[in-house]
Amino acid sequence: MLNYIWLGMILLGVIWGTITGRLGNVTQAVITSAEEGVSLCAVLLGVMCMWSGIMKVAERSGLINVITRSSKGFLSLLFPEVLGNRSAMGAILLCFAANFLGLGNAATPLGIKAMEELQKLNKRKNTATDSMILFMVINASCIQLIPTNVIALRNAAGSADASGILPQVWISSLISTLTAVIFYYIFTAMDKRRRLI
Amino acid sequence: MILIMNWFSKFAIPGLIVIILILGAFRNIPVFDAFIEGAKEGLTTTVKILPVIIGILLGINILKESGALDMIVLLLSPIADLFGFPKEILPMALLRPVSGSASLGLLNQQLKEYGPDSYIGKTISVMMGSTETIFYTIAVYFGAVGVKETKYTLWIALIAGLAGLISAIIICRIMP
Repeated sequence: MLNYIWLGMILLGVIWGTITGRLGNVTQAVITSAEEGVSLCAVLLGVMCMWSGIMKVAERSGLINVITRSSKGFLSLLFPEVLGNRSAMGAILLCFAANFLGLGNAATPLGIKAMEELQKLNKRKNTATDSMILFMVINASCIQLIPTNVIALRNAAGSADASGILPQVWISSLISTLTAVIFYYIFTAMDKRRRLI
Repeated sequence: MILIMNWFSKFAIPGLIVIILILGAFRNIPVFDAFIEGAKEGLTTTVKILPVIIGILLGINILKESGALDMIVLLLSPIADLFGFPKEILPMALLRPVSGSASLGLLNQQLKEYGPDSYIGKTISVMMGSTETIFYTIAVYFGAVGVKETKYTLWIALIAGLAGLISAIIICRIMP
């Protein structure tokens, strides 16, 4: 899927760039993307190491066990596959928490950690499991308590009430998260039926 | 209320770190050694996602710099009109799922253009705050663990993103 989208993006860009005579910009984009990728990873690298280190301490101290035990009911309802696997449940929960608090860059390493834990439970390593799909779609429609960067930009643009959009943000992201969960169940049900036939 | 939340958001990271470390020390864990061990894992994970990030940025930047993204916005604006969507929000609607930094830049520029407290300004702020960079997140997370067959993940994420978009437009209209 991503293979086709990626190819499509590049082909469309190059063809359109040729038609409009912007191939120079495209060439520039190719070079800067490579640079940008490295600098983004350099930024991420520090946070990733820092966060993984802190997480390791949390894991050793048993904090993750306590957290997962207390939210077991809710999580096992959504992710039946990870029931009993504490590190997977802990990682999923912490990632949601980081997203919810709007910790942005801190959430990415936690999300990848959660995916690694889910991958350990995966029997077909190159195919996404149901838990992975649900985790991804909830993540991609994140419920965020405080979108700090948006408020900062609104403030900078001279807004009279920069954080006045918060209730709208909460309602809107709640709707999109609920839609994600509902459609996850619809798609998995359809997938199961198709496999039975 | 907002003040409390802002304070809470500032406190969240240092607070969490302190709580985790104190708890670790309390349980007699060599906290520094454990930290170093975990940080090493972070290093390998980042190296693993670097190729994915470069690939995704390549696709997005080519699409953006060639002007193809602007062309898509232009093509879609009659459809937006048909549904009564303000066409000023289209660039944000298209850019938000593909690039976080680009959409943040666009938000900055559009807020100055339309005013942060106008209907357009509010709607794009809500869109920015309530949705994620779907393509990037999916590619990086699945790429990090080497899952190639992502099944219908992207479809669900796109449907959810569209639901968020439509609700942002409607909510900003009924809650000015």
